[in-house]
Amino acid sequence: MSVFIIRRLLQAALIVFIMSLIVFFGVNVIGDPVYMLVSPDADQADIEKAIERLGLNLPIYEQYFKFLNGAWQGDLGDSFVFGEPALKLILHHMPATFELAFTALAMAIVIGIPLGLYSGLYPEQKISKGIMAGSILGFSLPTFWVGLMLIMLFAVMLGWLPSTGRGDTAKLFGLQTSLFTLDGLSHVILPALNLALLKISLAIRLTRSGVREAMGQDYVKFARAKGLNTSRIILVHVMKNIMIPVVTVMGLEFGSLVAFSVVTESIFAWPGMGKLLIDAILQLDRPIVVAYLMIIVLFFVVINLIVDIIYSILDPRVRLQDQGA
Amino acid sequence: MTMKKALFGVAAIAAFAAAAPVQAEKLIIGLASEPTAIDPHYHNLGPNNALSRHIFDRLINQDEKQRLKPGLATSWKPIDDLTWEFKLRPGVKYHDGSEFNADDVVCSFKRAPDVPNSPSSFATYTKGKTVVKVDNLTVHFKTAQPYPLMGNDVSTVPIVSDSAGCNAATEDYNSGKAAIGTGPFKFVSYKPGESIVLSRNDNYWGDKPVWTELHLRSIKSGPSRVAALLAGDVDMIAGVPTTDIETLKSNKKLQLSQGVSNRVIYLHLDQFRENSPFVKANGGGEIKNPLLDVRVRKAISMAINRDAIVDRVMEGVAIKAGQLLPEGFFGVSSKLEPVAYDPKGAKGLLAAAGYPDGFEMTIHSPNDRYINDAKIAEAIGQMLTRIGIKTAVETMPRSVYFSRASKGAKGLPEFSFILVGWGAGSGEASSPLKSLIHTYDKSKGFGSSNRGRYSDPAVDAVIEEALRTVDDAKRQDLLAKATEMAIENVAIIPTHFQVNTWAAKKGLKYIARTDEYTLAIGVLKE
Repeated sequence: MSVFIIRRLLQAALIVFIMSLIVFFGVNVIGDPVYMLVSPDADQADIEKAIERLGLNLPIYEQYFKFLNGAWQGDLGDSFVFGEPALKLILHHMPATFELAFTALAMAIVIGIPLGLYSGLYPEQKISKGIMAGSILGFSLPTFWVGLMLIMLFAVMLGWLPSTGRGDTAKLFGLQTSLFTLDGLSHVILPALNLALLKISLAIRLTRSGVREAMGQDYVKFARAKGLNTSRIILVHVMKNIMIPVVTVMGLEFGSLVAFSVVTESIFAWPGMGKLLIDAILQLDRPIVVAYLMIIVLFFVVINLIVDIIYSILDPRVRLQDQGA
Repeated sequence: MTMKKALFGVAAIAAFAAAAPVQAEKLIIGLASEPTAIDPHYHNLGPNNALSRHIFDRLINQDEKQRLKPGLATSWKPIDDLTWEFKLRPGVKYHDGSEFNADDVVCSFKRAPDVPNSPSSFATYTKGKTVVKVDNLTVHFKTAQPYPLMGNDVSTVPIVSDSAGCNAATEDYNSGKAAIGTGPFKFVSYKPGESIVLSRNDNYWGDKPVWTELHLRSIKSGPSRVAALLAGDVDMIAGVPTTDIETLKSNKKLQLSQGVSNRVIYLHLDQFRENSPFVKANGGGEIKNPLLDVRVRKAISMAINRDAIVDRVMEGVAIKAGQLLPEGFFGVSSKLEPVAYDPKGAKGLLAAAGYPDGFEMTIHSPNDRYINDAKIAEAIGQMLTRIGIKTAVETMPRSVYFSRASKGAKGLPEFSFILVGWGAGSGEASSPLKSLIHTYDKSKGFGSSNRGRYSDPAVDAVIEEALRTVDDAKRQDLLAKATEMAIENVAIIPTHFQVNTWAAKKGLKYIARTDEYTLAIGVLKE
């Protein structure tokens, strides 16, 4: 067991190292950040000074060693644009993205599952067909366009919700979040809905197919024969069975909600990590791009590592196969 | 004592409130770009400089047409060839109550070029100058050579407080601790990526702003910015996309403000290589660089239909250009007109130069830097193809474009024919002449953006003479003369001047600025 874990840890370390190479050198091939940063009025000497200040005059491998040396001590470099540690900036923007992702996930569950349940129970009804057609739209419409349409409808035409930005925040467990103020909530609804649209559709389809399959199964027939009322059959027995895949998929989708919030964040001027990343890419703020990707890599490596370890505990075959290999 | 003071204060406020109810006037502006810090010396870049003008003053202010107006200095003049004397405004107070004096000027000019981690410093404007305090309200700026642009340079450097700001780090400014200036607004809060909140400085020495509370929000996506205005979430936006101008104009609840900017959009041509990498003979063979021939350059300029670019591509929101700055700026020539569209004449010139059938060329352009930049490049490509110069169009993001256009792989400009823009930060003609027209000279700092490497010693001499001439009238003539010589030689081909558009709620008017800044002090109630 411990051999397995040590082996996995070494592999994870190797992956992180290789990714740091790919990310660092990949980012450094594109353009030259100096021309994005200096004022056009700067003359040649000013430009050279700026290059030196940013450490871009060093050969690329030296820059990489400097980065590795810092990364080892938890320092992923300073942002070229903001002059502050990249890690600090990313952590600062993280709560905004997570509250968006959480709200979107909550919406997917609260809206998607009941709709999926309904259309699974009454597949022939017009409403169910409407729900299914809607879910196709949810899958296929581009987030960018839907976001603008949501703003046009709810902010510009109806004037119910604010168009862009994040609302007032309140402190909760040391984190600033906008989910516990009225103003904050009104700001989060539109971007979260935009982000959630695809996940709602996914939840509808998963639930519907699960319900349709379950309704024909023996345990449902037996429950009916036993005289249980319909609501108990559906809410207790069917739901219990179909929730397993739904929960698994939704859990996985949370990661992609965080990662794909980029488009939604830029449309709604939402100050999250995605907006930070896209701005950094456009301005060639390399340290932020590298730090962001390294954090994501680490995030996934750790998740996979935990999953692997849990698997190996739950299922001895995984361990045995690994040893045999 | 303090209790008494506090009571008195409350009483005073109560009395004031009873006499004339104070109305909170809140203004929310949606900006197209975001300042990267509150520290006014941290990043010498448009959005930061615009923001710092709210909180901090300069010795000399640039008005909406970038003319120099007294700021914290009431007067300035050269007292000998190498010394400029600045008389400071008496009785000016910082937001924390401390008094402004010469020490603040000395230490601000020391801090400005030397902020740790600064990506783009103010050294460009401070170098070569020694600042000496003469008395509390007089400072001398000394230079090694006569320096006529002193006023322009000084008008770019924000003045921070000796006690609160000069030894502070950028973080102290961002947290608000050191964000203490003499400007029309006081710092309230700063949330990076979200908003900057300022409040009116009621003790401001100049014209007090109408607005008691100011929110600056950055909404980078153009359509979202317009939507935020339509939804009433912001009172005014900068950078209205040209495609939306017509629809917004017809909206009765809104009002647009437009003004020409100091930014010229122009074409730079490779004038230093015998074999230019992106110029080929018909069919793709090698060819001696035709752009070296002034007749070819003239033909290209004549082949460009500037009216069509302004009307069609820019939807009427631009002004065609015949020189480096629009009229009204210092050093502009009164003789130069935009080159007229004349495809026949252009073909004739090409034939006379030995290219009756034209040649092949590629135009390179950024696609996210200037208003409609990629579309303009496409239009120009078609116009040139029509006179026989078969022009391919290649556009790319500015992050890639500018490094390749400036120094390519071997330290030389990589492209042959490029579309670029230049905004004259100093507000007069020496800025583009020095950087775009003068021979590339690293040791003297000339021609830093001369990406075509145009070089004419006669023009250089006139530019350098202008830069030594302190007499305004004489310098004005020299700058105009240098411009005329360069345009005559087709050093660059100007196409148009950008016009910027702001949109606001009905009843709000923005005084459009040539430097493209969005300043709350320029937002007026009608």
